[in-house]
Amino acid sequence: MTVRAPARPAAPPEPPVAKPFWTIRRRDALVGWAFIAPQALGFVFFVLVPLVAVIWYSFQSTNLLAGTTEFAGLKNYEHLLDDPVMPSVARATALFCVGLVVLNLGLALLLAVLLNQKLRGTTVFRTIFFSPVVVSLVAWTIAWNLMLQDNGSINAMLRTVGIDGPNWLRGENSAMVSVIVVQVVKNVGLNMVLFLAALQGVPRSLLEAAELDGAGPWRRFRTITLPMISPTTLLTAIITVSGALHVFAQIQILTLGGPADSTNVLVFYFYQQAFGNHDFGYGAVLAVVLFVIIALLTTLQWRMRKRWVFYEA
Amino acid sequence: MRVALLALLLVVAGCSGGGGGNGEVNLRMTVWTSEKTQLALFDEIAGEYRRQHPDVKSITFDVVPFDRYNTALTTQLAGSNPPDLAWILERDAPDFVQSGALVNLSKVLTDPQELTPAATKLWQKNGELYAYPFSTSPFGMFYNKDLFAQAGITETPEQAQAAGRWTWETAMRMAAQVVARVPGKSGLVIRDFEYKMWVTLASVWRGFGADAWPRDGKACGFTTPEMVTAMTFLHKAIFTDKALPGPGTTADFFAGQSGMTVAQISRAGLLKEKPFEWGIVPLPAGPKANAQVIGQAGIGVPVKGKQKEAAADFLKFFTSPENSAKLSQFFPPARESLVNAQSLAKVSPLFSAEQLQNVVVNGIRTGEVLPAHTNSAKINSLVQSALDPLWKPDANVPAVLDGVCKAINPVLSQ
Repeated sequence: MTVRAPARPAAPPEPPVAKPFWTIRRRDALVGWAFIAPQALGFVFFVLVPLVAVIWYSFQSTNLLAGTTEFAGLKNYEHLLDDPVMPSVARATALFCVGLVVLNLGLALLLAVLLNQKLRGTTVFRTIFFSPVVVSLVAWTIAWNLMLQDNGSINAMLRTVGIDGPNWLRGENSAMVSVIVVQVVKNVGLNMVLFLAALQGVPRSLLEAAELDGAGPWRRFRTITLPMISPTTLLTAIITVSGALHVFAQIQILTLGGPADSTNVLVFYFYQQAFGNHDFGYGAVLAVVLFVIIALLTTLQWRMRKRWVFYEA
Repeated sequence: MRVALLALLLVVAGCSGGGGGNGEVNLRMTVWTSEKTQLALFDEIAGEYRRQHPDVKSITFDVVPFDRYNTALTTQLAGSNPPDLAWILERDAPDFVQSGALVNLSKVLTDPQELTPAATKLWQKNGELYAYPFSTSPFGMFYNKDLFAQAGITETPEQAQAAGRWTWETAMRMAAQVVARVPGKSGLVIRDFEYKMWVTLASVWRGFGADAWPRDGKACGFTTPEMVTAMTFLHKAIFTDKALPGPGTTADFFAGQSGMTVAQISRAGLLKEKPFEWGIVPLPAGPKANAQVIGQAGIGVPVKGKQKEAAADFLKFFTSPENSAKLSQFFPPARESLVNAQSLAKVSPLFSAEQLQNVVVNGIRTGEVLPAHTNSAKINSLVQSALDPLWKPDANVPAVLDGVCKAINPVLSQ
């Protein structure tokens, strides 16, 4: 016979335990948000909101003095197509970008390779080439403005060796060349330092092995050094292209976009329209165009990295 | 957490609260002068006003550099940070007056009829005054007597004027002589032109009967035969006679680097230390007219200002006959009672009585203001760009001027 244990009386239902609000997960999330909050808020208020505002402005017709704003539809964008100055602006912007990027990256790499040699005095030269980077841009450009005048010191020096220099800032071609050179000399030191750091990261063993295999200096540079520093080349290319499209102070001080719009790049033209001519609507359109160009070029460079950037971390 | 939230709210409330909610009046006037003596005079006048109006706690003069003044002013207006009073340059006057950006001052300034008609024209709309023309400064021809002596120029501009030979031809000949005979010196500098600020060339072309646009402002005047003649004359003076320093060459008359300069008489302050012997005569006559030119500046009260009544009241005090007399040592006045050599002599020790009558008084009474137009900033940049090809030795003058009209006609006809 089996003795059945008496049935236990049903236990009273336990009262539901209130889950604490501050779970570990929530605490972690809060800490995470707190860490990114300054950056995120900064991005929202100082990047996203102005960006949306610029797009909104590009569809408005604004009279700053009267303080009136009215919806203009696509009128400002249509003006972009029939603006007679726009072809000159596009040409000047393209010329400046191409000239600056080629000259800046080429010169920076050349200087970095030269200063990467174990020779006496390289530290002094590194300092000399880098020092313009820390000089005030406006002071730098004003000094160059004086030197580049027709009766300035550059032409005076040229005259001493029998060369009659051009009127640098007044000739349509020489003005563009002058602006590019002033900008390159100012900033080449930064790219040079980046390239120098990359060059010093190229393993000696690889170069020595190639040398033992009979590769000459050019071959070693082309097939080992250049691929090894390609991530830095990508970085400097993106920074320089973006910087080239943002050039403003140099144009404002040296040429005011002239002569005959030959140095009237997109940012300067945007400034003229928005703040000189008080045409905020059209100025906003130009800002949108600039944003799209920079975004496209950066995306293009980023996508093309797969073809030519090696050893990406 | 709650404490932090409360603190944040307090900070936000503090930031957005703003000031001036206690009935205090704090006025701000944007100006482009940074000369200490001028600012000291403004402070003196403002101090006197504050003594009479204890509710006005402060009056500040906000200095904005001239070359970006208009941009800064319009940005402040657009950015809900308007000044209570603002200086306005003549070329921007039509934009400000016509757009309704300024308070009507006709009822505030009780004696606007005391102002010379030529001086108020630019600042009026439908017969009402929208800014007070506090500076009506004629252009004159300064010359360096020392350099003239070194160049062996025996007839002074005053003598040429007395003999009826004070023409642009004469002036350019004198300038070319300075260049040829005094090494390292330039001839004639048109102050502030620098092959960019083309409106200053009105000082030359008005004598040839030319102007940038006819009086209604609807048609371009750059292709008229008078303008072609004037610009051809100027081009020859620059590139053939070398009477004017070429593009990209800097020369400052007031530093003794050139023989002559066309400049507003208010620039005479730069000669206070008497760096060299100098003289001043009116602008030379051209083949069509003996045209004098004036530059102007007005003071307006922006409609967007938060203390318009107080600002207008201070403007009335600032430009009263007594204070206008004080200001006239720097800014030639537009008041009939002050436009005479006797009144000006009391406050302008740099000029002789003859110079005041010959250049200042005659200039104010007969001169015409520099070209001004609505949409001036846009027109200015279009003309500057279109005129650039003119500043080359082999320029085709009529073709370049035709290009100027093509560039600005669409804007003028708006």
